[in-house]
Amino acid sequence: MTDISTPRPRAALFVTCMVDTLYPGVGMAAAQLLQRHGADVVFPDRQTCCGQPAFNAGYRNDARAVARHLIDVFWPLVDGGDVDAVVAPSGSCVAMVKRHYPILFEAAHDIEYQRRAVQLGEVTYELTQYLVDYLGVADAGARCPGRLAYHPCCHLLRELHIDAQPRRLLSSLKDAEIAELPNADECCGFGGLFALKNADISTAMGRRKVRNVNHSGADMVVLNDVSCMTHLNGILRREGHSCRAVHIAEVLNGTVEHATAERDSPDDR
Amino acid sequence: MTVDVGAAYPTRVRQALADDALRAALDRATEHLRGRRAQALAGVDATRLRDEAHAVRRYAIEHLPDLLEQLEGNLIANGCQVHWARDAAEALGVVLEIAHQNHVKDVVKSKSMVTEEIGLNDALQRSGIDVVETDLGEFIIQLAGEPPSHIITPVIHKRLEDISEIFQTKLDTPPTDQPAELCDTARRALRSEFLIADMGISGCNFAIAETGTICIVTNEGNGRMVTSLPRVYVAIAGIEKVVRSVEDAVLLWQAASRNATGQDVSVYFSMSSGPRRRGDSDGPDEMHVILIDNGRSRILERRYGDATLCIRCGACINICPVYREIGGHAYGRTPYSGPIGAVITPLLEYDIRPARDLPFASSLCGACRDVCPVKIDLPRLLLDLRSDIVERRAAPIAERVGMRVYSTALRRPAPYRALARLARRLGRLAALLPPLKRWARTREPPRFAAKSFATLWRERGRRPGEGAAE
Repeated sequence: MTDISTPRPRAALFVTCMVDTLYPGVGMAAAQLLQRHGADVVFPDRQTCCGQPAFNAGYRNDARAVARHLIDVFWPLVDGGDVDAVVAPSGSCVAMVKRHYPILFEAAHDIEYQRRAVQLGEVTYELTQYLVDYLGVADAGARCPGRLAYHPCCHLLRELHIDAQPRRLLSSLKDAEIAELPNADECCGFGGLFALKNADISTAMGRRKVRNVNHSGADMVVLNDVSCMTHLNGILRREGHSCRAVHIAEVLNGTVEHATAERDSPDDR
Repeated sequence: MTVDVGAAYPTRVRQALADDALRAALDRATEHLRGRRAQALAGVDATRLRDEAHAVRRYAIEHLPDLLEQLEGNLIANGCQVHWARDAAEALGVVLEIAHQNHVKDVVKSKSMVTEEIGLNDALQRSGIDVVETDLGEFIIQLAGEPPSHIITPVIHKRLEDISEIFQTKLDTPPTDQPAELCDTARRALRSEFLIADMGISGCNFAIAETGTICIVTNEGNGRMVTSLPRVYVAIAGIEKVVRSVEDAVLLWQAASRNATGQDVSVYFSMSSGPRRRGDSDGPDEMHVILIDNGRSRILERRYGDATLCIRCGACINICPVYREIGGHAYGRTPYSGPIGAVITPLLEYDIRPARDLPFASSLCGACRDVCPVKIDLPRLLLDLRSDIVERRAAPIAERVGMRVYSTALRRPAPYRALARLARRLGRLAALLPPLKRWARTREPPRFAAKSFATLWRERGRRPGEGAAE
């Protein structure tokens, strides 16, 4: 397995606050995927959040305070050569680090943190991007019986331009049938604080997505962000649909049945 | 109209979401326009068109004072009268003065959002002047007594059956489901208006500096009638509408047409370079051009200058998933809706506050940035505006407190863990708290995991044979 001449890549897992507190199974799946496909995983346990909720809502001072902490946790590992990459099972949080941190610190004329943010952003990857582009994974080596629809999350698709990687990994799944999702790249309506501030519009958008998911005939809608997953499952469950939104890490890791069963335990209804 | 544009933002949104006819109309129209745009761009080098259109607009904005002076000089040389207006009141004053001097009783108008922006129709009517909108869509909503709900397709919020009903009530025509019949009715009604009008008023799509020419992009031929039939023609142009050359204008005409309505070019492109000259068979006796600022230089001075690159094609509106649910009237009294409207409506005003909800009416999905023919980074402008609004302390107090709690807790691991433990203990009760209640009304709330990932990872590390853990 391990080759002495080329050491295994080392990835620091940025698990994200939502995965940490709501969906640890997604984090475990991400870590296992990385390990199975040839990377060593480091989990810096002082990590919290990327600051996106505050940034998107316009609270840049609050966002900077949280962002500085993330940089303090991950940047030394990168700068010191302890890890080659930072990997997160989220397009949105990665977009925050790569695309918005530089803006955040530039606006505050914080040159040192801006420099660190740029340096950190260069080696920060979304999970499927890292698996395909960095580790060269072409086949997830997992099985997933059922009909899957893929929903490209907006920040993954339009901030990071990641689309081929998750689709390639999904198409490698054994026993999986990939369903065509109508208007797949239309937003699910989550949008962070938007989901609360504009709850009715957000719900209307989510219902439209759910209609499209149902139209595709999929048993599962697979996506790369647990935020959008929470939104869609909130509507799917409230409206009594059997289809579930699942995170791509669990699908690729073959641990999705366990995860769904856990979420929909009998005391749920 | 079920959406009251004068009501508060939450009311407007609620009214829009409850209107099934409106939402059916929006669905149909946005889907159609998206499809047409995609088709029109498939036939050309869309990337190159976009790069060039951006460059042309960028040049114009960066050379605005020089181009405006050149434009003024050439318009005057062509025999036009040029007026500068700082704001809506000054522009309205100029129009009324011109109307007064020429004893104007009847005005015909070509579709123009800048005249909606300054409330021109109201001002004219208050002075006893009759105004008729001659664009078919504008004609319909004028009959219905409504403002436009889209900058390109102002009557997008109505279905065919709604329009037939308006014509039955206002024009006393029999019911019909034939668009051609409705068109004929409108054409007949408008013909006589054109013939009696003393003054034509249009907006301006492009004002060409090097030739002193006002260009308007239309599809129905009504624009040409407005600019050439009445004795007086008044064009009102935002100062950002200036472009360098005929070539630049033609390029933008193509970009606007393909992105707005999915046409290679619009049916008409009317260029007016002055009043009728000796020997001309037609044209107005007088041509006036009003160059209006009304907040545009303020946008340019601040960090929002890119918003003035806009060529008003509406592609961002048609692709916007928020607009698609609520339509244009939910954005309020402004004629500008969708992502571009959410950016410029608060900026065109002296005070951001009255329209402060609009920059938050976006999920920041980024679809608008991808379709913009002049590459305006609309999500970035929305984010900057949000930050401006928060810095002016115009955000709700509960939200400010919430964000402070969030950032205080999450900038260190220990309070973060404590907050997560608290949330876990609250469990489903958390969904009763005011902000989360808004989630739980229509969506099942997620449940906090019994053990966090950090805990699981630590425990896993203690057990041998479970792989590399740190």
